[in-house]
Amino acid sequence: MEYFIQQFINGITLGGVYALIALGYTMVYGVIQLINFAHGEFFAAGGYMGVILLAYMTGAGYLETHPFLCIAGAGVLTMAYTAFLAMGVERMAYKPLRYASRLSLLVSALGMSIFLSNGLMLTQGVFDKPYPSELTHGGFEIGPISVGYLQVIIVGMTAVLLVGLNILVFKTRIGMAMRATAQDKIMSSLVSISSNRIIALTFAIGAGLAACAGMMTGFYYGSVRYDMGFVPGIKAFAAAVLGGIGNITGAMLGGVIIGMVEVFGAAYISGQYKDVFAFIIMIAVLYFKPTGIMGENVDDTRV
Amino acid sequence: MIRECKKVLKPFVLGLLWLLALLWPLLGIHPDGTLSFANAFQVWLYIAAVAFVCVFLYVLNKSGNLDFAARPAAVLHGRVSEAAGRIPAKAWIGLLLGFALIYPQITGRYEQDVAINVLIYICLGLGLNIVIGLAGMLDLGYIAFYGVGAYSYALLNTNFGISFWFSLPFAAVLAALAGCIIGYPTLRMRGDYLAIVTLGFGEIVRLILNNWMTLTNGPNGILGIDPPSFYFLSFDGGLSFEHLYLKKLHYLYYIALFLAVFTIIAVRRLNFSRIGRAWESIREDETAAELMGVNTFLLKLLAYAMGAVFAGLAGAFFSARMRFVSPESFTFLESALVLAMVVLGGMASIPGIILGVMALIVLPEVFREFELYRMLAVGGAMTVMMVFKPRGLIPAKRVGTRSEEKEG
Repeated sequence: MEYFIQQFINGITLGGVYALIALGYTMVYGVIQLINFAHGEFFAAGGYMGVILLAYMTGAGYLETHPFLCIAGAGVLTMAYTAFLAMGVERMAYKPLRYASRLSLLVSALGMSIFLSNGLMLTQGVFDKPYPSELTHGGFEIGPISVGYLQVIIVGMTAVLLVGLNILVFKTRIGMAMRATAQDKIMSSLVSISSNRIIALTFAIGAGLAACAGMMTGFYYGSVRYDMGFVPGIKAFAAAVLGGIGNITGAMLGGVIIGMVEVFGAAYISGQYKDVFAFIIMIAVLYFKPTGIMGENVDDTRV
Repeated sequence: MIRECKKVLKPFVLGLLWLLALLWPLLGIHPDGTLSFANAFQVWLYIAAVAFVCVFLYVLNKSGNLDFAARPAAVLHGRVSEAAGRIPAKAWIGLLLGFALIYPQITGRYEQDVAINVLIYICLGLGLNIVIGLAGMLDLGYIAFYGVGAYSYALLNTNFGISFWFSLPFAAVLAALAGCIIGYPTLRMRGDYLAIVTLGFGEIVRLILNNWMTLTNGPNGILGIDPPSFYFLSFDGGLSFEHLYLKKLHYLYYIALFLAVFTIIAVRRLNFSRIGRAWESIREDETAAELMGVNTFLLKLLAYAMGAVFAGLAGAFFSARMRFVSPESFTFLESALVLAMVVLGGMASIPGIILGVMALIVLPEVFREFELYRMLAVGGAMTVMMVFKPRGLIPAKRVGTRSEEKEG
């Protein structure tokens, strides 16, 4: 039983990370009906930017004097950097293809994904980059179960971001414009919503969330690698599909479920095949219930 | 001239500034707590110079200032293609085949090695072309079939001692079976869902190869696979069959050439058959094809299976040539590379795909010192190609234009 609860806590932590990445997929899908293959690379870029900034701060000595300020600052800068990256990528690789065939768009997105991950490799090297671990080290115990501070921070941070995103999408004017664009681009442009700007903004928000997840993953696993975006990218996509693509609440739920499945599958079935479980869930959901748990009807061009 | 310049200038400058802003943190922030600008600025300057030349040529061409060179070039091109057209296609093919046949006699080991690679990838590219180019389904797990073919021969040979030629049909059938298994659940999906599910399947196959220690020896791979052999009758001590192993590289080259030519002929025949036309109708509009009585379910499954057959053949040859297989050869990047070949050359166009394979195999060999930048260039080329020339270098003749494409 202790083992179960311990794994449950690990699953929640991992699920939070997946949920943050899945939100980017689901939001982008909502507005332009495209699976952004480069999204995993935004996650990796976030992880790298975090380690670059933190290493710089350690080297310059700021991290010792103001640790929390530094981490928060690094987080904000990382998110801003990745959002900026995503907007440019959208402008160059996706916008010219808005009316092209779906296959061209997918190939273009895939090319961008390969380009970005190799760009990271060329500028940052092929080896793992370690995250500073002194700050986030440690934890507390409830009976036999140990909880890391980092896990609490990840889950708390995820919750804050999710609530913030919900407020942004459902309570503000920008969110209203986003939802309108997602429903009907032509109609929303008639009421003077610039769909290009909304799409760029959606990419930026999604990438910012992915960057935050990348930094958290860096802290959690202790290091980042240039190809770290690939597998979590597919798993987060699985989460988005499971929750119902285009549905924000669904993506959060799907992320937590995928995280749980992975952790429990690794703990009780087989650790070697932990990546397979998420893929199998994704395939099963797409086969049996392509709308996902909370999704609305998917139009017939996809399924 | 000025008008074109103005139109291009703003996005160009903004794009370069964007690039600088992204590049500097990656290259200019150092872990020892120092900042530097020179390094990032230098890299940026190189990129900016190249981009400037490209954009400048583009603008000149657009505004007609290059006409003094472009017009004669177009005339020359017209004359050459007219002259080439007078020689029958069969003569060209004969000439090419003749060159391919004497190629190992006039070249060294290294060139033959590269040529074998090209031939293997021609098989793979044309096989993937059936799925993507003809049937219009984006398959990102294609390399899994290559892996199935390679492992079938490796396992049959090391466990049961079955020779290359007898394993070849097994490899093809097993790959086709894998194609059906992967194809069956994904047939209901289209477009991007299909792409990501096939990607997932490809990864599952690789993980199984990597983790099933008792069968595949895991990440260590399988060693000591026999090269292809010929049988001949031996009369020493009674009548018996003897193996003659073909270890010399140019024998392997001829086998690869045989497989590639077989693939080219088969894909061409398929393309212009009833089945090929049905695939193309599915690619252009699946609903309409179904209404016209095309059995989309069976034909899509067949596209998967046929595509997998050629990958299986290429895979069996790959393991016979390397005499070693490991899961590392079947990663997602390989799938992406084959996809890039198909996309760059031109989907559904056989000469285009051969050109794409040549470009992506031979060019990296020529520019060896830029080896590291290879995948970067491949990824960038995929995006650039899709934006500017989505039908590839040599477009296929029979690709329809859809109304939604004309809008943009």
